[in-house]
Amino acid sequence: MIRYALWRILQGIPVLLIVASITFALLRFLPGGPFEREKALPPEILRNIEARYHLDEPLGRQYLRYLADLARGDLGPSYKYVGRDVTQILGEALPVSLQLGAVAFVLCCVFGMAMGLLAAVWRGSAADRGIMLLALLGVSVPSFVLAALLVLGVGLGLGWLPAALWEGPRYAVLPAITLAALPTAYVAQLTRTSVIEVIDLDYVRTARAKGLSELHVHLRHVLRNALLAVVTYFGPLLAMLLTGSFVVEHIFAIPGIGRFFVTAVTNRDYPLVMGVTLLYAVLVVAANLAVDLLYGWLDPRIRLGGREA
Amino acid sequence: MRAAGWVGATLVAVLLGVALLGDDVSGYRYDAQDIPHALEGPSAAHLLGTDELGRDLLARTAEGARVSLLLALGSTLLALTLGVGYGGIAGYVGGRLDAWLMRGVDVGYSLPDILVIVLLTEVLQAGLTDVPDLYRRVLALGLALGLVGWVSVARLVRGLVLQAREEAWVEAARALGVRHRRLLLRHILPNVSGPILVTATFRIPAAILAESTVSFLGLGIQPPFSSWGVLASNGFAAMRSYPHLILFPSLAILVTLLAFHLLGDALREALDPRERGRT
Repeated sequence: MIRYALWRILQGIPVLLIVASITFALLRFLPGGPFEREKALPPEILRNIEARYHLDEPLGRQYLRYLADLARGDLGPSYKYVGRDVTQILGEALPVSLQLGAVAFVLCCVFGMAMGLLAAVWRGSAADRGIMLLALLGVSVPSFVLAALLVLGVGLGLGWLPAALWEGPRYAVLPAITLAALPTAYVAQLTRTSVIEVIDLDYVRTARAKGLSELHVHLRHVLRNALLAVVTYFGPLLAMLLTGSFVVEHIFAIPGIGRFFVTAVTNRDYPLVMGVTLLYAVLVVAANLAVDLLYGWLDPRIRLGGREA
Repeated sequence: MRAAGWVGATLVAVLLGVALLGDDVSGYRYDAQDIPHALEGPSAAHLLGTDELGRDLLARTAEGARVSLLLALGSTLLALTLGVGYGGIAGYVGGRLDAWLMRGVDVGYSLPDILVIVLLTEVLQAGLTDVPDLYRRVLALGLALGLVGWVSVARLVRGLVLQAREEAWVEAARALGVRHRRLLLRHILPNVSGPILVTATFRIPAAILAESTVSFLGLGIQPPFSSWGVLASNGFAAMRSYPHLILFPSLAILVTLLAFHLLGDALREALDPRERGRT
């Protein structure tokens, strides 16, 4: 098990290396340098700045320098926020994004699974149709539209909750709901499908015949099996939350990673953009690893060692 | 197909009609300014009202439909071509090549979509020097959306082809001397076209969502050109005083995504026998 985990971590390294290389290449092709302002800088100053950040070196050398720094965990200085390292900036922004993401993750798992399970158990009823309609709306509503509705209705209209900034738990409510809506809808659809797949199987009937309560049958036996499909989905789910956070943090003025990305692109702050991309890639690779390991734990049939697909 | 599927199909057809007509729908040009009538709510002259420059919101929303749907359809086609080619070869050849190609898909999955779309758009826009300025960014964004979308298609197609390859009729075709190319293109791919079509139907709303998101962030289509993301972004800034500016573009996106999802769900049910009788 530990050996397998180590092997998977090793496998992730080339993936990250390629991600780093692709981003590096893309960024260097971008038109307009990071220090191109509306008012042009005197050429001597520009040369000095470029020398300071090693931008005057040949591309190959810049690339190697970047990788060498990366290996030491140094993401380089930010071009825009003078005097600050990308590592430092991301270090401050990451906890904010993680808090928001974690709340949204819990929301979408709990509500998504509950909705899916209920819809499946009451298959064909009005409740099922209602839940599924809600899920359909959930996958069809862009986060900025939902955010607008929430801000207009709950935030500004009723004045119950703050509509921007990040200064306490109350500030997390509207952004977390906005962020969680899409994944919740997906999880609900997925849970419903996979619950329906197992709900008529013999072992469920056996569980019922033993005299177990409906609640017990559904939670212990049905949901546990249906959970596998949902767990496989954790990777894309995390990706969805991360992508969503770019918009949500932008809208609600939350000082997280996503917000830095938007400004970093417009400012051509190369190291910061690369830092965000790499951080994202690390999170996705880590999530997929976690999914694989969780999978083995949830389903003894594919417990590692004698792995059969 | 169920009733919901027909509703989706009808809505999609209507939307395509609007997209074809563009701003002709309203009788105003999407960029025609009428400053004295700026920021008016819906009226007989301007059915959906006007924005801060007095531009007709119906014209802008319809023109936005043209841009958004064109981008979505074009990029889906591109993603489909790339993904079917890549995944088809990986699944058909199998073995070591498959393993390597799938590493490529892994890389694609670990790249943040929105991020890569934004970066690719900038790079491509700088590269497309032959295209007229007005369309350069639209084309760049479309290409970027397509170049990002192939990954999921490739993974799906690879799995389907891998499965089909083992079936008896493929072996029979091979025994009859059908060449690899023909076997893949004429026999295997048409056989698995159902799920591919379903995926394609879901790629379209995903592309619309991605485009509107990027444009909403101000990194995609740029005003005065119209797209639903541009309109929503513009409306968001002024939504407290002029809610109609965010309301109508939002509704347009919502209805469009809903329509494609309804159509996709119906197609999936119709094409996948396992789904039948489940609902």
